[in-house]
Amino acid sequence: MSTDPFVLEVNGQSHEVADAHPGESLLRVLRERLRLPGSKNACEEGECGSCTVLLDGQTVCSCLVLASTAVGRQITTIEGLSGDGGLSHVQQAFVDAGAVQCGFCTPGLIVSIGSLLESDPDPSELAVREAISGNLCRCTGYGRVVEAVHLAATRGGGSK
Amino acid sequence: MTDLATSERIVAPRIGENAPRPDGVPKVVGAFAFSSDLHHDRMLWGGTLRSTHSSARIRSVDISTAVAVTGVHAVLVSDDVPGQKVFGLEYRDQPVLAGDVVRYEGEPVAIVAADHPEAVRMALEAIVVDYEVLVPVVDPMTVEEAEPVHPDGNLVRRIHLRHGNQDVVGDVQVEGTYEVAMQDQAFLGPESGMAVPADDGSIDLYVATQWLHSDRDQVADCMGLDPEKVRLTLAGVGGAFGAREDLSLHVHLCMLARHTGRPVKMVYSREESFHGHVHRHPAQMWYRHHADRDGTLVRVEAHLILDGGAYASSSSAVIANATCFAAGPYRVPSAEIDGAVVRTNNPPCGAMRGFGAVQVCFAHEAQMDRLAGALGMDPVALRLQNALVPGDELLTGQTIKGTAPVAEVIRTCADHPPGASMAVDPLELPGGAGRTADPEHVVRGEAFALGFKNLLFSEGFDDFSEASCRLAGGVATITSACAEVGQGFVTLAQQIAREVLGVDEVVLLPASTAGIGSAGSTSASRQTWMSGGAIQEACGQVRAQLLEHLAAEHGVDADDLVIADGRVVSMAGGFEVDLAKATTEPIEASVVFRHVPTLPLDENGQGNAHVSFAFSAHRAIVDVDVELGLVKVVELTTSQDVGRVLNPLQTVGQLEGGAAQGVGLAVMEEVLVQEGRIRNASFTDYLVPTALDMPHVEIAALIEQAEPGAPFGAKGIGEAPSISSTAAVAAAIRNATGLDLPRVPVRPTDIVFPGGTA
Amino acid sequence: MTIATSLEDACAALAAEPNSVIVAGGTDLMVEVNRGSRCVENVVALDRIPELADWHLTGDELRFGAGVTFAEICEPEIAALVPALAQAARTVGSPQIRNAATLGGNIATASPAGDSIPVLAALDAVLELRSTEASREVPVTEFITGVKATCLMPGELIEAVRVPVLDGPQEFCKVGTRNAMVISVASLALLVDRSARRIRVALGSVSPIPLRASEAEDHVSGHLDWDSGVQPGPEVVREFAELVAGSANPIDDHRGSAAYRRHAVRVLAERSLTRVLNRVSSP
Repeated sequence: MSTDPFVLEVNGQSHEVADAHPGESLLRVLRERLRLPGSKNACEEGECGSCTVLLDGQTVCSCLVLASTAVGRQITTIEGLSGDGGLSHVQQAFVDAGAVQCGFCTPGLIVSIGSLLESDPDPSELAVREAISGNLCRCTGYGRVVEAVHLAATRGGGSK
Repeated sequence: MTDLATSERIVAPRIGENAPRPDGVPKVVGAFAFSSDLHHDRMLWGGTLRSTHSSARIRSVDISTAVAVTGVHAVLVSDDVPGQKVFGLEYRDQPVLAGDVVRYEGEPVAIVAADHPEAVRMALEAIVVDYEVLVPVVDPMTVEEAEPVHPDGNLVRRIHLRHGNQDVVGDVQVEGTYEVAMQDQAFLGPESGMAVPADDGSIDLYVATQWLHSDRDQVADCMGLDPEKVRLTLAGVGGAFGAREDLSLHVHLCMLARHTGRPVKMVYSREESFHGHVHRHPAQMWYRHHADRDGTLVRVEAHLILDGGAYASSSSAVIANATCFAAGPYRVPSAEIDGAVVRTNNPPCGAMRGFGAVQVCFAHEAQMDRLAGALGMDPVALRLQNALVPGDELLTGQTIKGTAPVAEVIRTCADHPPGASMAVDPLELPGGAGRTADPEHVVRGEAFALGFKNLLFSEGFDDFSEASCRLAGGVATITSACAEVGQGFVTLAQQIAREVLGVDEVVLLPASTAGIGSAGSTSASRQTWMSGGAIQEACGQVRAQLLEHLAAEHGVDADDLVIADGRVVSMAGGFEVDLAKATTEPIEASVVFRHVPTLPLDENGQGNAHVSFAFSAHRAIVDVDVELGLVKVVELTTSQDVGRVLNPLQTVGQLEGGAAQGVGLAVMEEVLVQEGRIRNASFTDYLVPTALDMPHVEIAALIEQAEPGAPFGAKGIGEAPSISSTAAVAAAIRNATGLDLPRVPVRPTDIVFPGGTA
Repeated sequence: MTIATSLEDACAALAAEPNSVIVAGGTDLMVEVNRGSRCVENVVALDRIPELADWHLTGDELRFGAGVTFAEICEPEIAALVPALAQAARTVGSPQIRNAATLGGNIATASPAGDSIPVLAALDAVLELRSTEASREVPVTEFITGVKATCLMPGELIEAVRVPVLDGPQEFCKVGTRNAMVISVASLALLVDRSARRIRVALGSVSPIPLRASEAEDHVSGHLDWDSGVQPGPEVVREFAELVAGSANPIDDHRGSAAYRRHAVRVLAERSLTRVLNRVSSP
């Protein structure tokens, strides 16, 4: 069985989703139906943050959002974060600070950090660590990630 | 570290510089294709039915309802395996699909292909397996007397190492029994891939793996195909740490693809992933250290039992490592080490970063601290006194011919001033946001640990690596099947090519079995040396060919020629040519790179079995809430013997990341197994450190003593950080609490109820 | 599937399909759905209902719409009124979870490890339940009837949670084996109610249902000098902690043993009482 078609606003564009299964998460719809695989599927139980997107400007685990309930919300994924063809401050900082290894946690981290810097443009290290405490990384040990946040904050403040 | 905010980005960075990853931009914009991101318009989804018992006979498998589920295209079982029914890294002992018996919880029994993951799920639920449940064999200590778990028997390998005079006894002796629990690699990218069948019966397999050619060979055998008929291309890897050395879904995907004639994609759930790959061997270790009263080690005895679980995987090599490095990086003139890895119905174990050395390091460092206590000696001084130097013999009788700056590793780490101040914010105390402690409830502890292991494969294994270099139109193209799993080899490959060739633009072709021979496994800290070496040599040959050709053509001396800034120039003057123009005719070279041969261990565990070694030390500072048994790791300081730093940022990344896995094993990571069943197969209850659990990792020193035979003198750096980190954290908790703590991970109950009353 | 925009809408949808799945933040529900162990054919989504997302202070009573998120509860305004609830909220999951997870959802899921539940039990929180038929009020301690079991009837939803704003310091402590994203092994809420001259204590993860440590409360409340603020002797604190531990009903599971949990609540009781003691009679 499948749901009635519904429309999702993702990265400023409308997408019709037809024939979704009733229990499909926003993560699954993004990845498999809307062909936006940037948000990742490391656990699909809200314990790793690799699926983090912005829902009306707030970070959420998209694996825990029932896709059909996200109608009418503004959804921003990692694919929607680069500004006008260039990298955001956070993205560039990740590249420059060596904060990317396998990269699986990277999209979720970048979304979380972008959100942090919007509300706290010059966060303390502890505030950074708490803000990313819902994003697991198995490769970096978080050292270069924290550095990347400070680098991004130094360079421009905010998420852009 | 350079001030990244203001430093200019170097164009075309070479060896020793902070070259950015070539895949960095795709990864930060979410465009990098991981194996779980693959898509094909005609693709079907695959799924696996797994045993719910850790030991059972299969009486029957009824797929009749499953095949009738709407959207299902295939349901396959053991009889459907077209070629060899078994696979394996060292021994082909593991069934592709269980036939008459299952030997571990989660063992694959059947596979399904369907239109949609929902249909896959329904089909899997509809398969009926009639099991005759057996009592699982789960105690590694008694398993040699138990019923054979497998026709190959319950002992996978025993090494009885005897070194030096066996009649030696020390004036001071300390004894201890230690345990390391089962750790999981917990890579973030789930097992996933896609198989695409071709009309001629060949198959293209896209999968995340550590060793393309080993996978390809096993898949070909199991599919009954010639190796050239299976083309394996590396899909983006979301971390590995040893868990992708063995096959997981590879043959299953190929079977479903061939059977349906359609591309088939499979992605494991996290729960399935815990059952779908090997884990770190849990270990029980008894030790007795003998020393003179002045602290000189005289003899080490040990019994090691590693639980390999149901199938052999790489257990044979793991126990060899554990045994060879059982005493740690110290001079030990006499030793008897009995190392055994056994088979049980517990989850199969195999490669994980550190590969046997992690377990014994925890034990030998605890022993060294015990010995220091018995001698009334400073623990660091005891280690310095016994530290290996080049020319010393290991337990295997092998003399260290390369670099071994062990004393320098120790001193730079131990002497580095601690930076951690006392915790102020409650978030920094043990318990964090749980607000369980105030500063007066917390005791700080500090301790030091030292570790080492081999680099590259050992015991006579020929783990060569092939690479080719093609220079055309001024652009270098490198072909290598080296699996990039996040460690940054792709960055080094470009740096090496630029360094040797003097070109700026270096293209790396996707890793595939189709274009080149094996690069060997991305493991054993070997790829910088082996695949880096292959690329270095291939580029060197291309450079030589180019310069010889230009020299002959233009009558200049090849030795005077330099390639730089897009030109070839003679340092003697009077000659310059545009590189792109000079290479309109491509110049190519292919190299098979080998390390010095190693030898097997003899019946006493003696032999020149290893190529090289790397040493590292950690100093840990922890805060312990002793009443609640909660621990916060406050600071880790480390020094490591790296040979040469090829990329400073990537080096730091490896040291920090490896330390995090060491911290995890020390205080929170354990696969809980009961009667062969995993009780915590999820990230809810298998806890890996978050950003609030990891401290700053302070790098005291990167000791650069060029290793002979290693390209650029660089040693592999990936494993060492995960070896002494666990031991240091555990020792720091001992320092804070005064408890023995013979087991990792240290759980709150170990601190609150020592001696195990709860 | 109904995305309700008003309480009436939501209740009507539930009345039409009483076995509907209610979803607000989805942070518990979707874990089961993703695993395949929960079917969601009829869904009523509550996250667009403005009344549910609102909260009001009226005199000494705080009324939360059931849809208030844990992120909102962490904010200074609410934290000033119910510090223990804000402390508990900060330990829920991760920042992403806190942005979505709701107070109502935490209660309705009724996990023995639910982080808000000990605080709500200590506050004598009252739930307002609503259906098309009727509205009713149930104390949270009666609402949760067992492990993941409540007395919520088909067709009903939690509309609001009312708690008193107490006069006095508050403590919430949670034991977990990791510093973030961790299920509680044992937790304790201790609230000072100066006007009633009572210390209120509730425990988490050591009982299938919300648990007030009444005997311990009686003991310590009676031994405090509420007027002069003279500290009681250490034996009062110790006895209090023993009584708290004695009231616990913990089990052994893969997250912790019963013995450790009982020990942990004893320690938390002693520490949290000590923390509030010198602030009992002064503002």
